[in-house]
Amino acid sequence: MLPLPPFTYHAPATLPEALSLLSEHGMDALPMAGGTDLLVNLKHRLYDARHVVGLRGLPELRGIREEPDGAVVLGALTPIAELTRNPLVRSRLPSLAAAAGAIAGPQLREMGTLGGNLCLDTRCVYVNQSRFWRQALGGCLKKDGTTCHVVPGGRNCVAAASCDTAPVLATLGARVNLASVAGEREVTVAALYVADGIRNHVRRPDELLVSVRVPPLPAGLVAGFAKLRMREAIDFPALSIAVALLAPGGRVERVAVTVGALAARPHAVAGLERFRGRIWGRDVADEIGALTRRQCHPLANINVDPEWRREVLAVHVRRAFAAAGALPAG
Amino acid sequence: MPGPREVVPFTVNGDAVAPAVSPHTTLLEALREDLSLTGSKQGCDKGDCGACTVLLDGVPVLACLTLAVEVRGRRVTTIEGLAKGPKLDPIQEAFDACGALQCGFCQSGMMVSARALLDRNPRPSRREIEEALSGNLCRCTGYTKILEAVQVASGQCRPGEGALLTGLDPGAPPPSLASGGGEGSQGPGDPREEPLFPARAGGRGEGGTRAGGVAESDR
Ligand SMILES: Cc1cc2nc3c(=O)[nH]c(=O)nc-3n(C[C@H](O)[C@H](O)[C@H](O)COP(=O)(O)OP(=O)(O)OC[C@H]3O[C@@H](n4cnc5c(N)ncnc54)[C@H](O)[C@@H]3O)c2cc1C
Ligand code: SF4
Ligand code: FES
Ligand code: FES
Repeated sequence: MLPLPPFTYHAPATLPEALSLLSEHGMDALPMAGGTDLLVNLKHRLYDARHVVGLRGLPELRGIREEPDGAVVLGALTPIAELTRNPLVRSRLPSLAAAAGAIAGPQLREMGTLGGNLCLDTRCVYVNQSRFWRQALGGCLKKDGTTCHVVPGGRNCVAAASCDTAPVLATLGARVNLASVAGEREVTVAALYVADGIRNHVRRPDELLVSVRVPPLPAGLVAGFAKLRMREAIDFPALSIAVALLAPGGRVERVAVTVGALAARPHAVAGLERFRGRIWGRDVADEIGALTRRQCHPLANINVDPEWRREVLAVHVRRAFAAAGALPAG
Repeated sequence: MPGPREVVPFTVNGDAVAPAVSPHTTLLEALREDLSLTGSKQGCDKGDCGACTVLLDGVPVLACLTLAVEVRGRRVTTIEGLAKGPKLDPIQEAFDACGALQCGFCQSGMMVSARALLDRNPRPSRREIEEALSGNLCRCTGYTKILEAVQVASGQCRPGEGALLTGLDPGAPPPSLASGGGEGSQGPGDPREEPLFPARAGGRGEGGTRAGGVAESDR
């Protein structure tokens, strides 16, 4: 049994009502969409907030639509399962549909939402445990302690960004719309995250993620996703890799690779401009895999051997390109 | 201050109920403790096992991660609601006939997930069954007979024939993973399934991206 701590539950009916509740209660309030991350963390006593603001009733956070310029706008409350079924998402954003389909299991995909996924708390084998378990170790930087068990002596929490949709949306240049009583602002998904596992995104506690906008994508852009996890269902990612490639006439014009489930921030592989102008093929994909491996250092924050995860990084980069249709499968 | 208890009306298995619950009461606690419906099991209590699966307006969800206050006015179906009076649901008959249980702890969640599947897809393929049950953990590892029971319940074979019917192919990933999406895949699969993504997308999209994803088990 993991009982929830007592809290006051609010069910606002409109966005302005929700935002004023968040502004009124500050750090003492937590927004809740599907609750599949928040309730588990509350059960584990990771948060001390005494107010939960349920978002389900907010019409402003719903819906999937295409804008006249070809952008796709996805409401924050879009269920993960809907991302796998929706015809517009499946045809226009197949790597997003793929990542969504690889999240958790069927029940959690029905319950969990896109906004909750992007705002997912970071994960670490030393913190996503009951309070009793954590107390035996004396806590850690993220909760109730002063040291990090993953990087002893480290001063930053390096818990892993484990949201599978973030790498995909980052490679597609998506932006999120954040609203507060003070107004709205737009942040790219790539810039949403910071390298601090205690709070790994720039969303202020009084802000809500309203929607995600995927800009019109150039004709011919292909995108793919590959995930490493121990079982085929339920498990969080041990690696979450998204790629996007534009290679008109077989020559690389633009390529993007983002890797999740490393530390607190999904890593956008740097230096990919060097491939511009190259004839696309397996050799280029392998060079990108090697570059990714050089830049990515899986940590012992996930219960899957970090050395092995590093060795299979390049394999998953290749698989993501194959999933994009840019390489033959296998 | 925790909010006060409130009366939350909803229906369970067709009956109107109105337990008085605290804001932090889960649907699972309300069912088991306030309504004495103990068929939904409390396994992990944190989303890992599926033993608490119920249908919320026909959709399978985890009762341990659902607040009771959030089901106000909605329709909940638990394992107790599958049988109609003395008449068992065909899924229950099939689980019995196939011996699809060992300790039994996962069974109510398994059968509720299976009911949701058959309600939307009366003749699912083996892979669609695997996919639909992939959020339900059986610690006794009785999966073979559980999958067969769903095939029996959907009239596709008799007890003992499940593996023969579609061939056990441990290498084939469930549909959501093959393509990362819903049903359909790039890998070998049921030919009736419409592929989610073309096996090899060409380079000329008209805006929007092509192709999809794979999971580790794909190769
Ligand atoms: C067993 C298990 C396996 C899982 N596996 C995976 C996996 O493989 N991959 C994966 O990515 N996730 C996984 N998850 C995590 C989770 O189910 C999903 O990420 C889900 O999409 C979260 O959405 P939610 O609506 O339930 O989030 P919630 O729990 O409601 O919220 C998550 C966080 O985001 C905040 N939040 C939610 N909505 C908003 C908003 N609109 N604006 C601002 N803040 C908001 C909340 O305050 C909270 O901090 C798993 C969870 C479990 C329990
Ligand atoms: S990375 Fe270190 S500080 Fe962060 S949760 Fe894990 S053990 Fe705690
Ligand atoms: S008890 Fe709900 S998923 Fe395990
Ligand atoms: S029969 Fe024991 S858990 Fe499934």
